[in-house]
Amino acid sequence: MSFALETAPHPENLRRVAIDPVSRVEGHGKVTLLLDEHNHVQQARLHIVEFRGFEKFIEGRPYWEVPVMVQRLCGICPVSHHLAASKAFDRVIGAIPVPASALAVRRLMHYGQMLQSHALHFFHLSSPDLLFGFDSEVARRNIVGVAQAHPEIARKGIFLRKFGQEVIRITAGKRVHGTGAVPGGVNKLVTAEERDSLKRELPHMMSWAQDAVDMAKQLHAQNPVLYKRFGSFRSNLLSLVRPDGAMDFYDGVLRARDADGKILFDGVSDQHYLERIEEEVRSWSYMKFPHLRSLGREQGWYRVGPLARVQNCDFIPTPRAESERQAFVAWGRGELVHASLAYHWARMIEMLHAVEVIAELLDDPVLLSGDLVSTGARQRSGVGVIEAPRGTLIHDYDVGDDDLVTRCNLIVSTTHNNQAMNEAVRAVARDYLDGHKLTEGLLNHIEVAIRAYDPCLSCATHALGQMPLDIALVGPDGTLIDRVFRSQGEFVHDVRGAGGSGA
Amino acid sequence: MTRDPEGAPLLHAPRKYKMATVSLAGCFGCHMSFLDIDERLLQLLEVVEFDRSPLTDIKTLGRCDIGLIEGGLCNAENVHVLREFRAQCKTLVAVGACAINGGLPAQRNQLDVGKILRDVYCTQTGISANSQIPNDPELPLPLNQVHPIHEVVHVDYFLPGCPPSADAIWAFFNDLIAGRTPHLGHGLMHYD
Repeated sequence: MSFALETAPHPENLRRVAIDPVSRVEGHGKVTLLLDEHNHVQQARLHIVEFRGFEKFIEGRPYWEVPVMVQRLCGICPVSHHLAASKAFDRVIGAIPVPASALAVRRLMHYGQMLQSHALHFFHLSSPDLLFGFDSEVARRNIVGVAQAHPEIARKGIFLRKFGQEVIRITAGKRVHGTGAVPGGVNKLVTAEERDSLKRELPHMMSWAQDAVDMAKQLHAQNPVLYKRFGSFRSNLLSLVRPDGAMDFYDGVLRARDADGKILFDGVSDQHYLERIEEEVRSWSYMKFPHLRSLGREQGWYRVGPLARVQNCDFIPTPRAESERQAFVAWGRGELVHASLAYHWARMIEMLHAVEVIAELLDDPVLLSGDLVSTGARQRSGVGVIEAPRGTLIHDYDVGDDDLVTRCNLIVSTTHNNQAMNEAVRAVARDYLDGHKLTEGLLNHIEVAIRAYDPCLSCATHALGQMPLDIALVGPDGTLIDRVFRSQGEFVHDVRGAGGSGA
Repeated sequence: MTRDPEGAPLLHAPRKYKMATVSLAGCFGCHMSFLDIDERLLQLLEVVEFDRSPLTDIKTLGRCDIGLIEGGLCNAENVHVLREFRAQCKTLVAVGACAINGGLPAQRNQLDVGKILRDVYCTQTGISANSQIPNDPELPLPLNQVHPIHEVVHVDYFLPGCPPSADAIWAFFNDLIAGRTPHLGHGLMHYD
């Protein structure tokens, strides 16, 4: 019924320690630990405290508005939502396939996004832990500290991200929340001048992306015990792969492996994701817990993202990244790599692959001329699945005859990793914290494990101090705007006044 | 005023400034646009020191010169954090559409929050049977509606855009840090 350390049998006399907010991640979450009098960890949970209701307020909107709306789910990977929704609505308007030129522009946009997001995560957010140590001085453990101690590394990170953002700006019109893709295709192609401005930067990007893979590889080689054991646990893997087994971030079929590497299913159309995946709700997190239906909730949870993709595919279809994939596989000595920190290495291999794909696309003349959109027989529903930087992203819509969305289901990448991140937190709690006096540096070990997954918990909140059970929202002039309190597990709202009956 | 060859003014600060940033009910896009100042970030770091921010591990807010708020208010914790920022920051800035008018998350304001929660956690496609709305005390209470931050605290400056462009953010910093009244000229002032 339950997972080890998820729920303490007797929580009443335990001490609560919170890491709140989890920092240097994209978005917000908090970790709570319950400890007994000997500092033994009895319960460890990563809570996602966000609730936005996007799926509900998208209902009733015209479908052509949705690819731009859903970008506001996440400012870090808006392109992923933009393209997953566009792919779903391609199906709705029967635009299968979209024109070759539109496909090339979308792919360029997406691989630019992969590059910028991976660079941001590795350099701006995670490198301080990896370069200075997990329990290094808190004031230095950030990108400012990296810029002072290793200015060249910080500069490369900034310029790699900048290049990816420029690819997005040129294909989508804006770096954050652009409008390039539309149902059926794109609304603009790339000009020769724009292409040339990107091509000029390519040699640097290729060499810096290679440097980043080398850096991740060296970190593993210098401290193999830490990198193999820290936050390590066995799990299934899920990702899209191209029908021939190649790595692909934009399109493909669903493939899952078990922890030994045996294929659980392969070649599953993304339109049929619901036959494979079920989502469970737990009382203590707004983020759901998905699992493979065939294996059930206890055996069926899985990991997505770079670690899954690099090991789920049969090969990477560009030479440099493929050679790095082989080095990664060799590190596992014939077994799947399950260490959380290996996400960083896999992520940098993917970043190198993204630069190689961008280079190929920029050489393709189809980027510069051709049809913008196609169309076909109208359908009532469509699913769009894409490999976002953090993993498999699923958008699923029904659309009425009046062109308004009637149903929307989203499974965002980080949700797939919910159980895995909780397992990583518990593995580190067990191995490093249990029985010790907790220090800031020890608590950061937990965050290092979460950061490895590059979670994107955007649009959430932070807490300072204790959670109130009754809150009034009062404007600067003293008027009561909103009041909410918790009553037997139900949320109760009362805007009539703080002096109201209360129930 | 000194300007570099590309026309962007250079930072001129009489002293080092402390800056804190936070994302409430936003998407992090404004923080990303902030990082889109690219290599100018290194220049900024010479005159600005970060306090609590998603970019640092400082979890408790100290006294700051500048506080940047991304996102509106969608739950009880947002309100606490916002009040803390107002109390600690000399200059408080509403950055982007959500902080200024609630933004896209405020689309839920026409709906009943209890019904949305039931739909998303109990009856949504693909959900396990008998699922319940999360209700643990560790989870913040959602507000009935999403509110812009000026409804709760005094805001010194509003930086519009979804997100404001990196150039707008850079121009704003330059004015503020040099002690001028910030002014976004034509091309930087936009709402998309």
